[in-house]
Order: sequence, then structure tokens, then C-alpha cells
Amino acid sequence: MTVNVAQRVDLEVVSEIIPPQVKVLDVGCGEGELLQLLQETRQVDGRGVEISQRGVNECVARGLSVIQGDADTDLVFYPDKGFDFVVLSQTLQATRNPRKVLEELLRIGDRAIVSFPNFGHWKVRFSLFFNGRMPVTKDLPYSWYDTPNIHFCTIRDFVSLCDEIGAKVERATALDVNGKKIRFSMPWWFWNFFGQQAVFLLKR
Amino acid sequence: MAAARALKSRNEVENPTSKVLKFGADKPLALAAGVMLSPFQIAYQTYGTLNEARSNAILVCHALTGDQHVANNNPVTGKPGWWDVLIGPGKIIDTERFFVICSNVIGGCLGSTGPASINPATGKPYGLDLPVITIKDMVRAQAMLVDHYGIDRLFCVLGGSMGGMQVLEWAASYPERVFCALPIATGARHSAQNIAFNEVGRQAVMADPDWHGGTYFETGKRPEKGLAVARMAAHITYLSEAALHRKFGRNLQDREALTFGFDADFQIESYLRHQGMTFVDRFDANSYLYLTRAMDYFDLAADHGGLLANAFVGTSTRFCLVSFTSDWLFPTEESRAVVHALNAAGASVSFVEIETDRGHDAFLLDEPELFAAINGFLRSAARARGLEEL
Repeated sequence: MTVNVAQRVDLEVVSEIIPPQVKVLDVGCGEGELLQLLQETRQVDGRGVEISQRGVNECVARGLSVIQGDADTDLVFYPDKGFDFVVLSQTLQATRNPRKVLEELLRIGDRAIVSFPNFGHWKVRFSLFFNGRMPVTKDLPYSWYDTPNIHFCTIRDFVSLCDEIGAKVERATALDVNGKKIRFSMPWWFWNFFGQQAVFLLKR
Repeated sequence: MAAARALKSRNEVENPTSKVLKFGADKPLALAAGVMLSPFQIAYQTYGTLNEARSNAILVCHALTGDQHVANNNPVTGKPGWWDVLIGPGKIIDTERFFVICSNVIGGCLGSTGPASINPATGKPYGLDLPVITIKDMVRAQAMLVDHYGIDRLFCVLGGSMGGMQVLEWAASYPERVFCALPIATGARHSAQNIAFNEVGRQAVMADPDWHGGTYFETGKRPEKGLAVARMAAHITYLSEAALHRKFGRNLQDREALTFGFDADFQIESYLRHQGMTFVDRFDANSYLYLTRAMDYFDLAADHGGLLANAFVGTSTRFCLVSFTSDWLFPTEESRAVVHALNAAGASVSFVEIETDRGHDAFLLDEPELFAAINGFLRSAARARGLEEL
């Protein structure tokens, strides 16, 4: 939806977390790559919400159960704990109210999986530090004035938001620029510096 | 020509050019109005073959002025079936694979019991003596037809507009009998604006002196002018401002200049007049009153304690809703309300809004995105139902 395909290595990390035959809601499901992957490899009961009509039509034509909707406004219509997992993949930074969206995810799902690009990554920091300009990189290709990504955060920002809303981090993974997992034993500051994106498994 | 069509249409009421299932005194239809309709009959068409497991049946529900001739030439107009683009051998709804049923609704005028049918109590057409028919009544009658084929569970129920209302009613009344549901360009209730347009149409019919309180069959004349006006007004609501402008603009009809009179100077006037004139040959005016009333009365939430989600609690039916951006009769918001209710009920639901300027009637047209959605939805449902591809 808001990031390019090269970044979607997080999908594999997400799918590894999800056990077979559970009920999954993918919020911001794009053209349904993750849902299709989960249906084929995990036989899940998968549903999707996608803001772009083109993405939705593509999903439905592929036989996926997807509706057009906005994470900011439409999650309220879902009942409490209607899903085992709710996935928000590379979408949090594009929502108007990330905190409220995160709380909705934790209300609707038994567990929430959230992946996002890390604005604390060293390339972003160097770009801002040396150029004095908002970073435009291969992975974050938008200029500040036309970006859909209006609420960037760093890994540490995200962890502190989780604390604030009482979400327990059950699992966290940071991926480097090559999409490789950073070793688990590293401290937060290391992840926050070298993690290009992060995947969190949350429960409340 | 017009008279011949009108006669043909009249003959279809009692002896339709299609299959007919008659229900005697032992099988009355319990109407929402609180009375029994008996005897009654359902005129219907089938295409394809019912498989041994009776799991490949698709029920198609027609719209206000549609009929059972969904995929064959219409016996009255001679034109191809109204969803011929979608249904047939090798088409998206492949009749070599599925058993397709389409019945004329109760209250209609092409062979199912309606106001033009003979009232056995009087030997004359019912006219307004027929009890008011509801969408639920239509669906209950269809269920009796489906029972006749020994089909416990339909693979799919689909339809647009008033047909979509029937689909939603099916899913709410018989959730265990509907594997997947495809309501298109419809809503869970008729809006005030839609009731308003229907009322204009009904008043046009009833203001025609030839209507005679609905007993016009006895006079040999029909309220053609009133029904034509009703159709003209309704037809505008099936299109969109953009489509009308694209097709007609302010173009003049067979003339170089305005005539400074009240002839059909503009193409759009001529077009609407033609729509009105051809409609009266094939449709019964009283039927038009009954069916528009059925749509007005439809309010699925009201039937379920005021909360639409209650209509779908615990459903295992798979839903796919479709709306069109330029449809102002059933705007996207109507479909979205159903989607939100289905979400709240935890149902499996897809929802596609298709961008087109063709208005409400887009569901009857060759819309590639509509076909792609129907195709994707049905294929995945067929896999889930264990219906192997041929």
C-alpha cells in the first residue's frame, strides 16, 4: 500500500508467527499477498481490509475475502476478539491516529502483529544529520510533502507506545537492510540503529 | 406489434413459456400480510444439470421489472435474457457446471401468481384483492421451489437491486441454506428517496383513468399512460447524470432546431418516451404497484430488532457485495451499511465498489470489474464447497 515490494520481506516474518487454521484479519492488506500466503501455507480463515479500491478489487478477483475500508475509521465495526490475529503490516505510519488504531487491533484480535519501517535506522539519521533534509531513500521513496506516511516512529518510540497503552510485547523482530533478522540478543539501541524495519507480536 | 407483445405478455400470466410449479390447497404460501395465498404458482427457468449431491445449484433473483428468463430469449420481447452476458455455457456462471434456477417473483406478471392472475374465488384477475406481497414472501416461495428439487443448500444466491434484497433476505431467513451470497447494487432497506420515487410511479399509474381501481382487465383498456410515466421516472434513477450527458447531452431528436412546442425535441425525451412505451407492452400495471411496494416495505434491520447485525448473527454464509460509484438509487453507503453489519456479526465478507458512470443499471451491463469480482468470489467459494472444476 504505502511501501514498495522490496520491503515486504516482513511478510515472511509475519507468516512465521501465525499458526495454522486460525482466524486472521489483515488490515491494509494491499493486493492480498500476505492473505494468500497464509491461506496457502497455514490454511487460515483470512479476511482483509484495504483502503484502495484497486487493491480490494484485485483481492476479490483472487478469491480473497476483502472489503474496502479505512483503518482509522472502520475497525470500530468489528466485534471484540473476533480474530485470533490482527495484522497491520507497513500501515501504522500511514494512519491518522496510530494509537487508536493500535488499541483497536488489540480489541479485535487476541493478538496483534504490527510491522513498520524504523525511522531510527542509521541511514535515516545520517541523512537528516548530514543533509539536513527529510530522508528520501530507496525504501522510503516519498518527499515530505506527498508522503502517505504521516506518523513515522522509531522502534523505541513504538515500544514506549506499547507500554503506554498496556500492550505486552510477546515477540519482536528487527530486520536489517537485507531483510535479515538481527540477532535476538542485541539491545534495543542496537535494533533501533540497525533495524530497517520491525515486526512486533502484541497482546493485551 | 405493440398489441401483439401485449397479448403475449397477457398470455404469459396463466400459461408462461417456462416451467411452472403449482401449489395446491395443501401447500399455501404464508404471507407477511398475515394471510395465506392458495393456490399459487411459480413460473421459473432452469439451466444446466443438478449434480448428484445437489450441491451445485445457483438461485438468481431478478429485479423489479425482470423475470425468470435470465439466460434465454425473452418470449415477450424476443430479446436475450437479462443476464445473458453473465450466465450460460462457458460463461462466468457456467451452466455446464452449475444448475441455475431463476423464478418470476410472487406478485410478478410473467407466470408466478400476481395481481394479473385469476383469483379462484371470483374467476377474475386479483387486481388489488391480492394481499400485499413482501420480499420475504417472494423468498419463502422460492424456498418452496428449491425444496421441490430436494436442494438443502444452495451453492449461491445472487441478484441485483430488488434481486439483491431477496439475496439478503435469503441469507437472513435461511442462513444454513445459502453457501454464498452475492447481493449487488442493493441495500438492506429502501431509503426515503427510493420510496418517494416509487410513490411517484404508483401515483402516475393510479391517476390514469384507465386504471379503474385496478380492475382494468374488465374494461379491455390498460393504464398505459400512467405506467409509461412511472417507467420514465424510474428509468432516470437507473442511470446517472454523467451517463445521460454522455449519451444524450442536449442533442435534438431528428430535427435541426427547437420547435417551440412540446414534442420530444430532445433525444433524452424521445428515449424516455420509448422506454415508457415498450415497458407497458410487457408489464402489468398492478404488478408494478405490488413490486414497488414490496421494495418499500423491505427493512431487514427492522425485522431483527432494529439492529442489522442481528440478521446475520452466527452465519456461515460467505458474502460478496458489489456497488457502483454512480448508483444514486442504491449508493455505496447502502452496501457499506450491510458490510459493517456483517463485520459486526463476524461473517466472511468481501466488498467491491466499481467505478463507472453507468449508474444503477451497471449491474446488468458488461462491466469487466464486476465480472472479475463475481468470478473470483465464485471460484474460491466453489473450492471451499468442494465443487471441483470441470
